[in-house]
Amino acid sequence: MIGPHRRHPLWLAYLLHRLSGLALALFLPAHFWVLSLALTDPDQLDQFLRFADNPLVKVAEFGLVFLLAVHFFGGLRLLALEFLPWSQRQKSLAAGAIAGAFLISGTFLLRAI
Amino acid sequence: MRYTGFRERANRCAVSGNEKTMDVSVWRGSGDEGAYESFQVPAQDNQTVLDVVSYIQQELDPSLTYRYACRVGMCGSCAMMVNGQPRWTCRTHVKKVLNGDRLTVGPLRNLPVIRDLAADMDPFFEKWIRAGGVHKPGRSRDDAIQQVRPEDPGRVEANKAIECINCAVCYAACDTVAGNPDYLGPAALQRAWTLYNDVKVTDRAAVLASVTGPGGCTNCHSQGSCTRFCPNELDPLSSIAGLKRAAARSFFGGKS
Repeated sequence: MIGPHRRHPLWLAYLLHRLSGLALALFLPAHFWVLSLALTDPDQLDQFLRFADNPLVKVAEFGLVFLLAVHFFGGLRLLALEFLPWSQRQKSLAAGAIAGAFLISGTFLLRAI
Repeated sequence: MRYTGFRERANRCAVSGNEKTMDVSVWRGSGDEGAYESFQVPAQDNQTVLDVVSYIQQELDPSLTYRYACRVGMCGSCAMMVNGQPRWTCRTHVKKVLNGDRLTVGPLRNLPVIRDLAADMDPFFEKWIRAGGVHKPGRSRDDAIQQVRPEDPGRVEANKAIECINCAVCYAACDTVAGNPDYLGPAALQRAWTLYNDVKVTDRAAVLASVTGPGGCTNCHSQGSCTRFCPNELDPLSSIAGLKRAAARSFFGGKS
């Protein structure tokens, strides 16, 4: 339960980082198992790859990329928070610069694909 | 201006008859046992949560147990959970926290309850001692007084946390304390960071050693509730981050 003492951005960032980490931890064993099929059972792998063409699986892959991005940036956030003894203003400016850069490059990326 | 007592104000309310009231739920009980009890308290234009609690104790139920001393945000004794958030009640205006006409007041989280709204602060202060929160001077009275330059980076860093009033609001806000009773907590660790930066403390390695063991600074999950709720607007989160950096440096063989 997200009680009143937890309703602030840093706590929500913590929650998101933990949940994305947990979800990725659950995904990774399945991922490695599927990869191992290339060596142990190629037929089953082909079957799985056909299943992966299903649009629903594509949507799930979007979720996976989202989780990865959230967890990756959550980790960078933690490193910045704990290992960069900058002032709050400097950190805000740095985070704003990164977000702006990704917004611009992300827009070009969308045009490319 | 003449101080107007609670009783006098209450009488004024009784005279005017149709004054607005608030529905105040107050935790009653000792130890793990207890429940919220509802009281109707007259609403005033200006009143603090501590005023409300005092009104209940003085006018409605004299057995209500709570703690306060200075009433001006200096002593750190009156912190309670107000609508689920830890706050210093003497400087929390009811208007800012009122939920409709409802107010919920409970004892500080993460501490044993002595009775009603009075939390047992012993574990909190024991952790200050465990974190080495006692000044150990490097000089005796026979030495010359040590000169401390206010603009030294270490002093600037140490100064950031010296206004801590030991109210335990950060301690009550912290989920890491809730999950690990051994964890020293934001206030004690912030104190250790102050000492670590104090030029008058000669054994910095000892300060670091007392906060890097089990329950030390590396337990912190950086949820930031301490900084978010500190009534004096201190920043224990950054202090603990400083300790983590110092611990990492010392782990990789850097000097402390």
